[in-house]
Amino acid sequence: MGQITRSEKDSVEKRSSAALDFGAAWEYAPAPEATDHIRIDPKYELFIGGKWRAPRAGKYFQTISPSTEQVLAEVAEAGAEDVDDAVKAARQAYDNVWSKMRGAERAKYIFRISRAIQEKARELAIVESMDGGKPIKESRDVDVPLAAAHFFYHAGWADKLDYAFQGRPHRPLGVAGQIIPWNFPLLMAAWKIAPALACGNTVVLKPAETTPLTALLLAQIIEECELPPGVVNILTGAGATGAAIASHPDVDKIAFTGSTGVGKRIQKSIAGTTKRLTLELGGKAANIVFGDASLDQAVEGIVRGIYFNQGHVCCAGSRLLVEESVHDVIVRKLKDRMMTLRLGDPLDKNTDVGAINSKMQLGKIRELVEAGEQEGAERYSAPVKLPEKGYWFPPTFFTGAGQSCRIAREEIFGPVLTIMTFRTPDEAIEKANNTMYGLSAGIWTDKGSKIFHMATRLKAGVIWGNTYNKFDPSSPFGGYKESGFGREGGRQGLLAYTDVE
Amino acid sequence: MSTEQNGSGLSLFRAGSGGGRGPSAYALFNPPPVDKVAVEERAAALATRSIKKAAKVAGLKLAVSMMDLTTLEGKDTPGKVRQLCQKAMRPLDSDPSIGPCAAICVYPNLVPVAKATLAGSTVKVASVATAFPSGQSPLSIKLDDTRRAVELGADEIDMVIDRGAMLTGDYAKVFDEIAATKEACGAAHLKVILETGELGSYDVVRRASDLAIAAGADFIKTSTGKIQPAATLPVTLVMLEAIRDYYYASGRRIGMKPAGGVRTAKQSLQYLVLLRETLGDAWLTPDLFRFGASALLNDVLMQLEKERTGAYQASEDFSKD
Repeated sequence: MGQITRSEKDSVEKRSSAALDFGAAWEYAPAPEATDHIRIDPKYELFIGGKWRAPRAGKYFQTISPSTEQVLAEVAEAGAEDVDDAVKAARQAYDNVWSKMRGAERAKYIFRISRAIQEKARELAIVESMDGGKPIKESRDVDVPLAAAHFFYHAGWADKLDYAFQGRPHRPLGVAGQIIPWNFPLLMAAWKIAPALACGNTVVLKPAETTPLTALLLAQIIEECELPPGVVNILTGAGATGAAIASHPDVDKIAFTGSTGVGKRIQKSIAGTTKRLTLELGGKAANIVFGDASLDQAVEGIVRGIYFNQGHVCCAGSRLLVEESVHDVIVRKLKDRMMTLRLGDPLDKNTDVGAINSKMQLGKIRELVEAGEQEGAERYSAPVKLPEKGYWFPPTFFTGAGQSCRIAREEIFGPVLTIMTFRTPDEAIEKANNTMYGLSAGIWTDKGSKIFHMATRLKAGVIWGNTYNKFDPSSPFGGYKESGFGREGGRQGLLAYTDVE
Repeated sequence: MSTEQNGSGLSLFRAGSGGGRGPSAYALFNPPPVDKVAVEERAAALATRSIKKAAKVAGLKLAVSMMDLTTLEGKDTPGKVRQLCQKAMRPLDSDPSIGPCAAICVYPNLVPVAKATLAGSTVKVASVATAFPSGQSPLSIKLDDTRRAVELGADEIDMVIDRGAMLTGDYAKVFDEIAATKEACGAAHLKVILETGELGSYDVVRRASDLAIAAGADFIKTSTGKIQPAATLPVTLVMLEAIRDYYYASGRRIGMKPAGGVRTAKQSLQYLVLLRETLGDAWLTPDLFRFGASALLNDVLMQLEKERTGAYQASEDFSKD
């Protein structure tokens, strides 16, 4: 019900007891993706200079499946000496091979990686879901195809860089140190590695400690693609490994995606050096729904905005700003829609919401949800049965929260939405921009002119109109304010790995 | 007819359907817009649900029970209709737990044959009427067509809307014709065919759905089967959303019938997924959902036999009626 007269609105309220029933009349049978052909090694070493090598200090850590808490593999923990080895290998590869290679030749290698990812798509998707907890339909339909697309797209740029910067002279930066998060492990590796290689840089990349496996499979792919040794080095480890990469004196460029807190520390640590930096940090995006929107489709966008990947998305639409006139109907439709979200085994092809990535993250989500309740906001959680093992949180939203509440200001990075209302477009803009972040925003209205009016006033790097969480390698992605700086993807993304005169 | 009678609860229609004729009487009526890209994405996403094993068997059996087995051809004969009726009553001789189908859908002339053959069974007789399939005849003829079909024994009437009027914005005409047909139906159930393949956009489909429901439709139906495209998943989703909004507003459940283009067991499961995840359990019944199809049944039976025996049977093992 959208635009309605007063009398009809009354009748909506009067008859609001009519409830849809999403019960057990027709249950879907389990449809798990088979894992018998998946090979995960018991132990993974470091990938340095084209070789698999044990860490010098001999330390390893375990990576577990957050949906079962089972140990999947032991993974090497790179120390400062290993980082030094990797940077040296990257420097040699840069000086002797990669920076001298013609763009058309680099393109062949990058294209080869893209093809290999497509060939191993199924294996990569399954391992991604096992190690990170995300639903197989997302790793299968989003993460892996987009990762391949990023390599494919950037293979195209490698020999066309002369046309990327209006004819200005340009050169690669050198060795890029890249630190990526756990929410899109393979995809973030692709976002980082593909443009760096296309522009002629070499890479030392560290995946997150909770999700190292697909980056290691990517290292195997890179090995199979016979990239010159040292062009891509993959070091597993935790915060200390990342800090060693960021502070290494022979690294020319740092690219970091992760929390705003760590981003700030990295920026401080490289102050006074000539290192270049791009940061892609947190967000608290406003997803703005006007009364004249296609409300049923807007509800889909709200769900995609916040429950996609359990809300572990920096650009998640975690603040829903809804025009007051349609607040009640949106909440009702959203509740009904949430009844159909299937939470459970990430490997089941019908799962919509998977496991929370780690125990630590689950604790953070719980803390903020409790804060929301204490601050007086009304909580609604989908009545789903949570599995006994593993880390889980039900899809949740809050109504009646104020702009000042923690759940309206802090990034929860989980399946938790904060719903607030506005009355006029100006108020929507004011509230949307009233945050320290500025990564993304969504606008839902049937009026094209309103989308443009809003988009020019929102301080966010990515703005979606009548859709949400859509990604494409040709579209630059990045933030304003404390969401970071620099862009990834598109022509603009090449600037992060190129020195343009 | 009156909107009181059908309990629509949408008071704004009352002004238009009684005294004032013409589009201006419906100026207040403004259905929500439909976003084409998003609705097609949603339908495509639901189509990827993996329905296996017990869920597949239960879904396919449900689909059989929801089928309006249809023959609407100039060459239809009593013999053909009798065979179809037999098939509807007992779709698979080797497994009496399957079926019966919901209804047989025929032209008015063949209603008596169907009625006689189906006597004593639960299978309903549906008849198309209102100058099916074009609807391009005077209202008096359409109403007469309807009354005669009911007199001949039809339990259900599948009418067509005036698409020309819909596309010229003469919504009052569309509304009034549906309301008058509903009245002519008497106790027979009314399914209103929008012929979505001729309406051109989801916005018009949504408007036509809202109009039909408000004017007294018991079911809304996508297509005649004579026009391409006929039923599609996204157009069905748009109509289910109209039904959902009406349910929210009135507490009354309207039925849905995709017709034409649903040929495979897999497709039928996709429609049932769409239904289940849009309107919920209460609609998973032949009282509120039908498939209008002729070729679908045998493919569903073949899949059911495959689930039962573990092997595909030859097409010759299934009767071709």
